[in-house]
Amino acid sequence: MIRFSLNGLEVKAATGSTILEVSKNMGFPIPTLCNLEGLSSMGACRLCVVEIENYNQTRLVTACTYPVTEGLTVRTASTRVIRARRMIIELLLASAPQSKRIQDLAAAYNVRQQRFRQEYENCILCGLCVRMCKEQMAAGAIGFQGRGQTRSIGVPFNRKSEQCRLCGGCLYVCPICELRCTYTEPEKAVCGGCANISPPCLENLGFDDMMCYMEPCVACEIKKE
Amino acid sequence: MKKIESITDFYLLRDHIISDRPEGLSTLIIPAGTCGQASGANDLIRVAKKVILEKKLIDHIRLRITGCHGFCQMEPSILIEPRNTFYPKVDLGQVPLIIEAAINNEIIPQLLWTDSETGEKIERQQDIPFFRHQSRTLLASNEKVDPIRIHNYIENGGYQTLAGLLEKGKPDAVIKEIKSSGLRGRGGAGFPAGLKWELMAKKPKGNGKFLICNADEGDPGAYMDRSLLEGNPHSIVEGMLIGAFATGADKGIIYVRSEYPLAIKHLMIALRQARDLGILGQRVLGTGFSFDISLVKGAGAFVCGEETALIKSVEGKPGEPEQRPPFPIDKGINGNPTLINNVETWANVPVILAKGAKAFTRIGTPNNTGTKIFSLVGKIKYTGLVEIPMGMTLRQILFDIGGGQIDNREIKAVQTGGPSGGCIPEKLFDLPMDYDSLAEVGSIMGSGGMIVMDDHSCMVDVAKYFMNFLKDESCGKCFSCRKGTQRMYELLDDISRGEGTVEKLKLLEELALVVKDTTLCGLGQTAANPVLSTLRYFRDEYLEHIEARKCRGKVCKDLITYRITENCTGCLLCIKACPEKAISGKKKELHQLDESKCIKCGACLSVCKDNAVIII
Repeated sequence: MIRFSLNGLEVKAATGSTILEVSKNMGFPIPTLCNLEGLSSMGACRLCVVEIENYNQTRLVTACTYPVTEGLTVRTASTRVIRARRMIIELLLASAPQSKRIQDLAAAYNVRQQRFRQEYENCILCGLCVRMCKEQMAAGAIGFQGRGQTRSIGVPFNRKSEQCRLCGGCLYVCPICELRCTYTEPEKAVCGGCANISPPCLENLGFDDMMCYMEPCVACEIKKE
Repeated sequence: MKKIESITDFYLLRDHIISDRPEGLSTLIIPAGTCGQASGANDLIRVAKKVILEKKLIDHIRLRITGCHGFCQMEPSILIEPRNTFYPKVDLGQVPLIIEAAINNEIIPQLLWTDSETGEKIERQQDIPFFRHQSRTLLASNEKVDPIRIHNYIENGGYQTLAGLLEKGKPDAVIKEIKSSGLRGRGGAGFPAGLKWELMAKKPKGNGKFLICNADEGDPGAYMDRSLLEGNPHSIVEGMLIGAFATGADKGIIYVRSEYPLAIKHLMIALRQARDLGILGQRVLGTGFSFDISLVKGAGAFVCGEETALIKSVEGKPGEPEQRPPFPIDKGINGNPTLINNVETWANVPVILAKGAKAFTRIGTPNNTGTKIFSLVGKIKYTGLVEIPMGMTLRQILFDIGGGQIDNREIKAVQTGGPSGGCIPEKLFDLPMDYDSLAEVGSIMGSGGMIVMDDHSCMVDVAKYFMNFLKDESCGKCFSCRKGTQRMYELLDDISRGEGTVEKLKLLEELALVVKDTTLCGLGQTAANPVLSTLRYFRDEYLEHIEARKCRGKVCKDLITYRITENCTGCLLCIKACPEKAISGKKKELHQLDESKCIKCGACLSVCKDNAVIII
């Protein structure tokens, strides 16, 4: 058993547990995007960063990948952590504003605007689909390609995959696909929940549980092709 | 080459090589590192060999082809031993004259170095200011050693330290020596090497212990490791052998970037020759100690210089960094203990064991011992590689060694540490160059790149350049690094095009701090340094771009205009030079520059002899 300090509390945890697991058990909320129970941790989205103190130095590490060590001091919601999380949420909104998961995160952390050039990407490269395909479906048909800005997810050499069994697991875990607004192409919606929205101004239609905190409102930004 | 079966045989071979050396002859040394070859050293070598063969001078003069000596701007050069006569920027036609003079123990005064202040001629290399103020522990060996001849390395004392250790040394004593020397990792982080070695030695043998030489040198403008690998590859091999002896490692890997073909070639030759002689492989020098080194080439990724990404790359996976802990010492290649050190660190190891840790600590400052090689480039009179004792001030390096500013401009700042480092302004030039002092002012020593900037440089452009580099080289795993570098670049680009606002500047600073805090590896954590350090010391330049839409360095293309003044004599040169046909005019008439077509390439400025082209 490892003893460490979590938000001022002395806790005990099994060796090999991550900070995220222990925090969840103790009831401290830590937001995640690229983490899913049953899949290995990747630390790609950086939302779950927490502040740890080791040898008189503090730094931020991702809670999902950091194993607890004896004598560690962890703070899950210090000023530095909150500031980092809010900026990451701003960056997420700047990339994929149409995702409900990201919009909900923005609401939870009171991020009311994003100040960057707006992009509309379909993928934030969180790697959930890759891990789902490899670890749960034992297929490994998709993977990461390229580096930096040209990084994408695809099949080897972009050739039709023989490993892909069309199980849909990748769509199921995708935080961007999830309940995504496809107002310009409603026929491509995964669940069809928003298929009958046209044009999608959430304020007008009174969808209370789908919140849009963008400035300017994203829906009006996208023109129909 | 016959394999050496015992340590006694090694000493016999060494004695034989030394006694075989012809006495009383001068040696013609031609540095032919990548810098030398690019400047025409190969032609010099060809002509020298031709002259020596045709005139039957083989018994009258020796020829040694070496790696880079460091004064890259003066290549191709020739050095004559034993007088140490230095001939800079040699022309092909001068080679036969130089050979003849060397044979007769004479010099050719017109071809010698001219001191820029006194106008006097200086004969000996060590008297020239560029060399005189250096402390050339490692670079001096580059002058003495022919990198593709292992016998030459042995002739100069090579592998003797190894032989001595195998004969009578103890691993613990070696580690103690490295610890007392205070050697810090020369790759940039400056972690105490002795401590790393101590941790590695304690690791159980298991499935093997690995040593890695990180030769991925990716910083733009840094090429110190390249010159060590090209010029004296055996020093790294010996360093790693000593390291393996001390820590119990059995396999070594040199991870070298593909963009260094000459270094790769020389390393392959060196490894093969060492294996042939029995210095690498099973039963080194006939003893029970075994160690071999293999070469792994990089594939064009800056991020693979990061140690965990490097390990992934060696394992055949995409080079993406991993969180530490676990550290490579605990879990490295395929989960085995792995010790990674930089090229320059390994090259210092035989020196420390040969001369002793105490002698090493006499150079440098407390906690920052030994020498460091810097690549001095940019807007400075003399560019090249300089090896200085730690603690020498930046001002001394720039003015005593580097010769100071060019064209009477003012040196504004020096960028150290590559894309992970920061800019040091003129007012801090009395800063000692060591790990700790640099960290205090917001920069890092890094691998040793030193880029000098004058008033024709724009600090916003500098930050933008490095951010562009980092955004392309980011592995992309961490959202905050991938998107963070991209967005920081966008903001810097906006500011450089005159579309910046004070809010965007504030956003840039906020973003930079978050990127620094939240990314996984060193690339992202230090990506903010160029931005934060230029903002710290040159904020007024940023504000000038934003508020006045002005670039005082006259670099940012959207904020400058080229114009032809009345000094124009109508010589037609710029009209011919302009790639966009933006200049028009007849002979002897004032030429006209069409600003709408101008792409600000600077071709007209460079050809104009009348100072008629100005940038406003």
